[in-house]
Amino acid sequence: MSQDRSAARAGTRFCRRGFALGGAILGLAMTATGCAATSTASNSVTLTVFAASSLTASFTQLGTQFEAAHPGTKVTFSFDGSSTLVDQLVAGAPADVLATADEATMTRATKANAASNPQKFASNVLILIVPPGNPAKITGLDASLSGKKLVVCAPPVPCGATTKKLATMLGITLQPVSEESKVTDVRAKVETGQADAGLVFTTDATAAGTKVQTIPIPGAEKAPTTYVIATTTAAKQPTLAKQFVEYVTGPDGQAALKTAGFGP
Amino acid sequence: MIRPALPRWVAFPAGIAAVFLTLPLLAMLLRVPWLKVPALLTTPASLDALSLSLRTCLLTTVLCLILGLPLALLLSRARGRWATIGRTLAMLPMVLPPVVAGLALLVALGRRTWLGGTLEAAGLDVAFSTSAVVIAQTFVAMPYLVVSVEGALRSASHRYEIAAATLGASPTTVLRRVTLPLIAPAIASGAALAFARALGEFGATLTFAGSLQGVSRTLPLEIYLQREIDTDTALALSVTLLAIAAMLVAATAKLARGRRWEP
Repeated sequence: MSQDRSAARAGTRFCRRGFALGGAILGLAMTATGCAATSTASNSVTLTVFAASSLTASFTQLGTQFEAAHPGTKVTFSFDGSSTLVDQLVAGAPADVLATADEATMTRATKANAASNPQKFASNVLILIVPPGNPAKITGLDASLSGKKLVVCAPPVPCGATTKKLATMLGITLQPVSEESKVTDVRAKVETGQADAGLVFTTDATAAGTKVQTIPIPGAEKAPTTYVIATTTAAKQPTLAKQFVEYVTGPDGQAALKTAGFGP
Repeated sequence: MIRPALPRWVAFPAGIAAVFLTLPLLAMLLRVPWLKVPALLTTPASLDALSLSLRTCLLTTVLCLILGLPLALLLSRARGRWATIGRTLAMLPMVLPPVVAGLALLVALGRRTWLGGTLEAAGLDVAFSTSAVVIAQTFVAMPYLVVSVEGALRSASHRYEIAAATLGASPTTVLRRVTLPLIAPAIASGAALAFARALGEFGATLTFAGSLQGVSRTLPLEIYLQREIDTDTALALSVTLLAIAAMLVAATAKLARGRRWEP
C-alpha cells in the first residue's frame, strides 16, 4: 500500500521535473500514476500541502473550505508520517506548505532550510484505547495491564516520542508487545482485538468511532505533542501558502481542528 | 550450438529494462555511508534484527521443506480438475499483496477468532510472538518451494523410478533413493528461493506479528523504522539484506543450471 503511494508521489515528482531519465517506461509509469492531474488549467493555481497523516480528515475538510474561499485555487495534499514528508521535502519534492505532528520534525526541516517561520496550530494528547467490551478488563495505565497485550508507537515516530515522554512523566515503565511505526497500525491492532489495549492520539480514537472504547489517562494533557505548520522555502505559490497557514491558524481552521478532537 | 539470430532492435528495450532494474540498486549503493557501516550494523537493534531474521528464515525454510516437499510430490502426481485447483491454491500466497496475507492470517488465527482463541486457551498463544513471524514467513514462502519442486518433478522422466520399483524397491525406498536425489538441485534452489522470500517478508509480519526488538522486528521491519530517524542505518541494513539476497539468488541460478534430469 505504502509502495503504491510512494510510486504515485515519485511519478508526480518526475512529472514536475520533466523527462530527466526519459524512456518509454517512465512515460507509461507517469500515465499510470495520473500525472495529468497535476497539470493546471491556465486560470487556476494549485497549492500543494504536505501534512502529517493524523491531519488527513481535518485538513481535507479545511482544503475544501479554503478552495471555496479562494476561487480558482486547487489544494492538493500528501499525507504521510511527518519524518517521511520532511525527507521528501529536503530531497526536493514540490510542496508549498508543511505541517508536522511535532516540533522536533519541523526543526529538522527548518535546519535544512526547507521551511521557514513555523507556527504552532494544534495539540494532541494520548489516550488508552481497548476493543469494544474491554475483554481484558483494562482500567488504565496500571496493574490491570500486567500480562496483557499493550501496543504502542515506536519511540522514533511522534506518537512514540509522546508515549515515552508520558511514561517518564508518570514514572511508569510500559511493557508493550509491539512498537508500531504508525499510530494507525496501533489502532488497527486494537480494533481487531489482537491487542488488549493501545496508546494512540485522542484524534485517532475519535476517528475510530465505536470500533474502540477509550480510557482517558490522568496527566496526559501535561505531555502533549504540538503540531507545527510552515511555508516552504521553495514554495511556488508563496502568497497562497501564507494565506493557507493563516487560514489554519485562524478561527475557521481552529474550529475544524477542535471538532476533530485536537487541542488548541 | 547454432542459435537463431535476434532482431537488432530488441537490444533497445532490453537496455532500458536493464537500466530500469539496476539503477535504483546502484543509486542505493552510491548513497551507503560505507565507512560507518560496521558501526551501524553492530548496534544492539541492528544485531537483534539480523539474528532474528536469520533464525526465523532458517526455521521457515525447514518448515517449507518438511511440509512443502510432500505437497509438491502429491501435486506432481495429481491429474485433472482437482489438481489444477490444488496448484492454483498452493500458488496463491505468491501473488497476494503482503498486507492481504497478513490480514488473512489475522482473520484465520487472530486472538478473537475461533481457531486463535482455541489455540490461546490451549496455551499456544502466538499473538505478537516470534512464532507469528515464522507463520507469516512460511505462509508466503512455501509456494516458492512447492512450485519449484513440483515443476521439476513433472518434467522429470519416471523411468528410473519404474526401474527401481520393478527391481523390488518399496515406494519409500524409491522416493528416498531415486526421486529425491534426482530432483535435489530443484529442492535446493526452491529452498533458497523460499529463504530469500522469507527474508524480505514485511507486510504480513507487520500486520500479523507486530514489531518489537528481538521478538518480531525482523530486518525489513527494522529498516522501515530506522528510515524514520536515521537514513544511514536504514541504508546499511538494506545493503546487508541485498547482499544476502544476492547470494541466495546466485546460488539458486547455479543450482538450477545443475539440473541432472535433463537429457
